[in-house]
Amino acid sequence: MSKPLLEIENATLEIDGRVLWQNLNLEIQPNEFIAVLGANGSGKTSLLKAVLGQLPLRSGSIRLNSKKIRRGSRRIGYVPQHRQPETTMPLRGKDLLWLGLNGHRFGFWIPGSKARAQFDHIVEAIDGQELIKRKISGMSGGELQRLRVGQAVIDEPDLILADEPLSALDYNQQAAVAELLGRESREHGAAVLFVTHDVNPILGMVDRVLYLAEGSFRIGTPDEVLTSETLSELYGTTIDVVRNQGRILVLGAHDDHDHHHEEVWK
Amino acid sequence: MIFDFSNYDQLLPLVTNSLIVGALLAVVGGLVGVFVINRDMSFAVHGISELSFAGASITLLIGGDVVFGSVIGSLIASLIIGVMGAKAKERNSITAVLMPFGLGLGILALSLYQGRASNKFGLLTGQIVAIDEPQLVSISIISAIVIAALLIIWRPLTFASLDVEVASARGVPTRTLSIVFMLLLGLSVAASIQVVGALLVLSLLVTPAAAAVRVSSSPFVIPVLSVIFAGVSVVGGILLALGSSLPVSPYVTSISFLIYLICRGVEWVKNR
Repeated sequence: MSKPLLEIENATLEIDGRVLWQNLNLEIQPNEFIAVLGANGSGKTSLLKAVLGQLPLRSGSIRLNSKKIRRGSRRIGYVPQHRQPETTMPLRGKDLLWLGLNGHRFGFWIPGSKARAQFDHIVEAIDGQELIKRKISGMSGGELQRLRVGQAVIDEPDLILADEPLSALDYNQQAAVAELLGRESREHGAAVLFVTHDVNPILGMVDRVLYLAEGSFRIGTPDEVLTSETLSELYGTTIDVVRNQGRILVLGAHDDHDHHHEEVWK
Repeated sequence: MIFDFSNYDQLLPLVTNSLIVGALLAVVGGLVGVFVINRDMSFAVHGISELSFAGASITLLIGGDVVFGSVIGSLIASLIIGVMGAKAKERNSITAVLMPFGLGLGILALSLYQGRASNKFGLLTGQIVAIDEPQLVSISIISAIVIAALLIIWRPLTFASLDVEVASARGVPTRTLSIVFMLLLGLSVAASIQVVGALLVLSLLVTPAAAAVRVSSSPFVIPVLSVIFAGVSVVGGILLALGSSLPVSPYVTSISFLIYLICRGVEWVKNR
């Protein structure tokens, strides 16, 4: 095994006196695709924030490329949940993509040939020749998420963090965005930590599943973790995992599918 | 008669300082305005300007440097709004609480002031020949600081304004940037008050940029247009005011409003 890209060691996260998960040990290799599943409030998004150094751990440590994590990193690409842009400024698709390459740079900057090649590559990858010319304010959820994936991978990060990037998209858009994320991460050997409430759109590309529930967790391949036995043990109550035509359904867990889109980032 | 341009050539030298300052403020206002629109902070600009007015009035009363006073007032207001009003909803209420307090404080100081009445009025509604040499120097320095700092943080600030979550994940210091921007905004307000007055600062810091985003969506064209619009408003306003007995601000605000209307019209025609 090669050197792990991300090392989460004995990590415990506590928010307002409530332990979200404890003694979490997880080593992520380059190129690994990990789905983070669990009920609302189980600390899925908080895990990403902890990896970004935005939430302090109560104990334990997180290292990226053997270095203790700081607040954000250029080696990380981030795909947020779909929502309309916060700004009223009429930016275009290409401006969004360029910010993925140069948004962290202060001062004057002219793209070199490498940056232009990266830009052209991503435009092609997201099939965005038309998209980049349009204002982001008029785009559909699927179009905007394609651009956001493009923005996250354009600088060839080592680690891609995705927080429910497929929610609020229809089935075809989900498939397209998931496929794009999987393809681009494999191409550059990036690891992916993918938070989602529905594993099905990404089932084909997931190497391991991290399932968070009831202050505890299970890690393993989808076949190991997503079973009635494992999840019942994790939740401490009867959980039925139903497999039907290659799709997985978790029944009985407090997985608030229906009002998930109301969840807001704080 | 409103206009009388008969001895224009003799009047012009009187406003040379104002013209230089006006042109500088146009660059400042045009650039800062892009982010005021971008970050939805128009109301905060108004709040800062009232506290800036209070600072200026108090220094006028105690015989200090007016620009210094308005800078202090501005910076206090922008720090309060920036730190306590990090979220948009809270920002509006904090601004609304500060604004009347600042205005009241300023009016109190002005009513105690025994000096020339035009000084009093000028702080609120602007003045044309009041820019003396020391003021020219201090406003130039403030403008240079704001312009240089803005150009340096331009791209990260755009990123943070677009999506604070993604930007901070990429290592952009979003919190620091938003405080730095508030301070730059405070400095811009303090400088602008010297020419257009506290009540009309929005015409310089908001209207030109608001007009520019109507007609372009390019991140390069918008600031350039915004600066041009601000420049036409301020310099044009001063030149028109010179030939009349009215203060400078109605001209500045009218030109800037007219540009906004034209841009709205252009947008409407383009989208038809």
